[in-house]
Amino acid sequence: MSSLLVLAIVVAIGVVAFLIGRQRAAAHENGTVKPHSRAHYHGWWAFLLAVLPALLLLAVWNIGSSFYLDRHIHAVLPERTADSKVASEALDVSLVKSLARGLRQLDGNTALPATFAELQPLLAAKGVALASDTQDYMIPIAVETNKVQGMLGWFGAVVTLALSIAGALYALRQIAPRARARNSVETLMLWGLLAASTIAILTTIGIVLSMLFQTITFFESVSPISFFFGTVWDPRFADAGSGGSRGQFGLIPLLAGTLYIAAVALLVAVPIGLMSAVYMAEYASAKVRGVVKPALELLAGIPTIVYGIFAVVTLGPFLRDLSAALTGGSPFIQGQSIFTAGLVMGVMLIPVVSSLSDDIITAVPRAMRDGSLGLGATRSETIKRVILPAALPGIVGAILLTASRAIGETMIVVLAAGVAANLTVNPFEAMTTITVKIVNQLTGDLEFNSPQTLVAFALGLTLFALTLVMNIVALYIVRKYREQYE
Amino acid sequence: MTDIPMDTMVRAAAHPRRDIGLKARYAAERRFRIYGGLAISVGLAFLAIMLITIVSKGYTAFWQTTVTLPINFDAKMIDPSNKRATDPSVLIKANYPKLAESALIAKLGIDPSNKPMVMKLKGFLSEGARVQLRDIVAADPSVIGTTRDVNILAAANLDSAFKGQIDLSVEEARRKVSDQQIAWMNKLKADGVMAEHFNTGLFSYGASSRPETSGMGVAIIGSFYMMVIVLLLALPIGVAASIYLEEFAKKNRLTDLIEVNINNLAAVPSIVFGLLGLAVFINFLGMPRSAAFVGGLVLTLMTLPTIIIATRAALAAVPPSIRSAALGLGASKMQMVFHHILPLAAPGILTGTIIGLARALGETAPLLLIGMVAFVADYPTTPFDPATALPVQIYMWANEAERAFVERMSGAIIILLVFLMAMNITAIVLRRRFERRW
Amino acid sequence: MNIMTEQSLENAVGDKMNAKSNEVIKMRGDKVGVFYGDKQALFDVNLDVRLNQVTALIGPSGCGKSTFLRCLNRMNDTIDSARVTGKITLDEEDIYDKNIDVVELRARVGMVFQKPNPFPKSIYENVAYGPRIHGLAKRKADMDQIVESSLKKAAIWNEVKDRLQEPGTGLSGGQQQRLCIARAIAVSPEVILMDEPCSALDPIATARVEELIDELRQNYTIVIVTHSMQQAARVSQRTAMFHLGYLVEEGATDKMFTNPDDKRTQDYITGRFG
Repeated sequence: MSSLLVLAIVVAIGVVAFLIGRQRAAAHENGTVKPHSRAHYHGWWAFLLAVLPALLLLAVWNIGSSFYLDRHIHAVLPERTADSKVASEALDVSLVKSLARGLRQLDGNTALPATFAELQPLLAAKGVALASDTQDYMIPIAVETNKVQGMLGWFGAVVTLALSIAGALYALRQIAPRARARNSVETLMLWGLLAASTIAILTTIGIVLSMLFQTITFFESVSPISFFFGTVWDPRFADAGSGGSRGQFGLIPLLAGTLYIAAVALLVAVPIGLMSAVYMAEYASAKVRGVVKPALELLAGIPTIVYGIFAVVTLGPFLRDLSAALTGGSPFIQGQSIFTAGLVMGVMLIPVVSSLSDDIITAVPRAMRDGSLGLGATRSETIKRVILPAALPGIVGAILLTASRAIGETMIVVLAAGVAANLTVNPFEAMTTITVKIVNQLTGDLEFNSPQTLVAFALGLTLFALTLVMNIVALYIVRKYREQYE
Repeated sequence: MTDIPMDTMVRAAAHPRRDIGLKARYAAERRFRIYGGLAISVGLAFLAIMLITIVSKGYTAFWQTTVTLPINFDAKMIDPSNKRATDPSVLIKANYPKLAESALIAKLGIDPSNKPMVMKLKGFLSEGARVQLRDIVAADPSVIGTTRDVNILAAANLDSAFKGQIDLSVEEARRKVSDQQIAWMNKLKADGVMAEHFNTGLFSYGASSRPETSGMGVAIIGSFYMMVIVLLLALPIGVAASIYLEEFAKKNRLTDLIEVNINNLAAVPSIVFGLLGLAVFINFLGMPRSAAFVGGLVLTLMTLPTIIIATRAALAAVPPSIRSAALGLGASKMQMVFHHILPLAAPGILTGTIIGLARALGETAPLLLIGMVAFVADYPTTPFDPATALPVQIYMWANEAERAFVERMSGAIIILLVFLMAMNITAIVLRRRFERRW
Repeated sequence: MNIMTEQSLENAVGDKMNAKSNEVIKMRGDKVGVFYGDKQALFDVNLDVRLNQVTALIGPSGCGKSTFLRCLNRMNDTIDSARVTGKITLDEEDIYDKNIDVVELRARVGMVFQKPNPFPKSIYENVAYGPRIHGLAKRKADMDQIVESSLKKAAIWNEVKDRLQEPGTGLSGGQQQRLCIARAIAVSPEVILMDEPCSALDPIATARVEELIDELRQNYTIVIVTHSMQQAARVSQRTAMFHLGYLVEEGATDKMFTNPDDKRTQDYITGRFG
């Protein structure tokens, strides 16, 4: 029985339990004892008890049985030998699983051919495409797997439905005038709310763990030292499974490019964004603010791919032609360059800097301004000597947050920075970044367990660690800054 | 008001004045102000330049050149051995481009036996004519044997030439449209047969290697699925999390940890979420690649912090007096939140959600990693089928070399920006209208 | 540039005091009205501020006394919606005249605020801020001298002389307010405006600041807004009573508190409203 059907039945049991519960509780409402909870709370309690434990069991059962199936396949697969046709044990298992999935599409009564070559057209007719290195010996294993899976599914469904009915009956038996159904429902709701808020933690754990495992696998074939301190990036795309060619995975050129482009971007964004924020907070009339603020918000709402395309289609060629015209011959600015990417990224970050610093500048109490103006300072003196120094910690935090955005930005650099892993100081040449290489290594058809693919996770983990540190320091600074002015 | 008569008052001698460097200070003041004004102008000027270049490159994508030809659905051409009753695949395999070509030859009055001239017609009409005519026949096989006027798509190069985008002063060998084709084009134009129409194909076609038959149909559906998934998951989870943190959570280590996590996740590079999606959803949980469902999950995780931060701000803005009032009447805390606080905070939550959705709609990087850079020609019928997304479609077109793809790409950007602007402006207007001063 | 040291300034002021100190009008308000947007907050106020005297502005909250005070050095300019009508003179010059520079005006008419608002800088830098922006000290030694004498005049020197480089925000409330007074004095203003300077202070700190005001009277003209009638009686020579945006009565403090002309003043002083 499919999980979806079980789910539907469980929900149906829940609905019935809700209706019965509400009706029974409503019968008490005219009694002599004043009921503690309104009738619908009793109904909900019955619904929750019928549905929640059952669904939990179903989920656990499904995960458990898929683990069991994996182990089962591992166990029945023939011992691996040196001349095994399939590259790895993991690939073996996944081939069996997709074969099993394919076989389920076939009618039960068709006789199964013994070789994959004969089987393939049958499957193809059902729209199932399978990897060509599926082996003949896998067919009986797949059939066996399907049988086990079917049994597990039936058993799970029966247990789940039993639990659902038991839950509903238990809740319905509890109904009494003084039963605190509302409190029970609300306690469950509170747990639900708490669970929702822990998703943030689970996401972080998911990010760290998923990347950590892949990174560890990567470090089994490439040493951490040559990754972190290598100055050559040349992954040399290998054929899936051949494992023969070893590339060089030096982080340094990517890190240098990332930081260089981010630095150029900050050089553009910080002065302009900060000055805009100062102007908006201290000089602009209400009318100007009413127009410019939404305009800056719209600028912030433009997706980065649009900036990237502007850089590569319009600005890059323009700068190249301009530099060619200036020297009267060969251009000294390349079409894809650190300068172009940094400039466009800087513009993208202007609204980020300005809205972050706007919040921070307006958090400086009015008394500070008045104190300075009351001494006869001009507005700009007040800003430069009192407000900005007072806001400095907050602004540093804002810049750090912006820098973290710049380092993690992907689409602009993918389009405008180039893919060649150079080490150069000339801002008019192309350099590449960590994010560009993550995209490069993971787009296209790749075998998942080669170092060429896994390196993307090592890069991702590096990127995550880098931005995590910056974010946490920045958030800490900004928080402390806000507390200072309550 | 004064109790001293005016005539006995001593005139105050002017106090000695000091030089406090006013001139230089005011010059500095003016300079500072100008810098501020300049900074804002630079930002806005860049916005204007970017929008203008994109619109000027892309607005032509909304028009498509077609040639109206009387197509003779000749039974001999489509089904020479007359077995379509038994084998429907004949109608699929027929040589439809030949029908269109014959009609064009007749229209231009070329001698069909003049092979060199007929060769020059190559690349005048779109290869898409095959699908176009096949669909007509498939929908109504009774057209076979009749003649009908059909708007056949012009090939991309002719489309560009028709829109005046090809520089005719370049020598013939170095451009993609021959002089003869230009002459034919002008003739058809004069006859009113060749004309520009609103390009509905831009919104309906899927992926194609030919610019004139490629469109954003698949991308629009994919993006729509993803937005629905993000809305269905991120809004309830985000609101629930915010309610817990704002109304129920005690100040302890766990709450602190959650707070730090949410704030950090809001600033984590989006590509990292793509890696998470690839490793967890696709590799570990075995979900399909290129599916809108996985894209929706990844974007949900990415959008959650935005929605949580906005919702918490909206909840915190509801004054404590409302809480006391509700609790004072004997409402439970849960009832207080759901009956009073949440409805009052709804506009703020809505604004935050729209902004979060807009960000998710424009996000590209994580989708590249979960395989949404895919050549998908057919509409996805469920969120589990392969699909692309609007920004990913733009990215794929950006990687094409042909000029006509740049036009399509710019057109797609315009459409994406229109969606985003509409969402952002709604959010801004909502915020203004419901901004409540307690 | 003419560097005005404290000494020469005092001499200049002192000369005039000898002439006929009681009756020199330092500032004069003539039919002053203030609007915040469409709402009028102050109506036709005529009030004189006399040289080297303390003028106290009293009245129930919202009566316009702070609004009037803020007109005297044009702090109302910093509020977008505020508009001032009528005429206010300083040494017979209209301070709202186009030719009057607001920065220079505020250097001449300093202000101390209700809540102590030291800048988040060191004590030294707080005091040196005004002289520095106005270029009143050429050398470090001059600046040191200005800082020291200002802190001494504000009667806080002994408490802070050993920690001049510590942040001003680390002082107690009363010390912070005296630091703010020192900061105002450092610019050598002619008039010092004080907007309820003791409202955020405890009684002991209040007593210190009141003593200080009395001492400062020797060298400066002072206008103080206070909600405490006892304070007005203690520190001022002249008192002006505001009510609902109007100036009700103005006169010598002794007379105002013993035999006021206006019934509203009497009611306020005896505690019937306010």
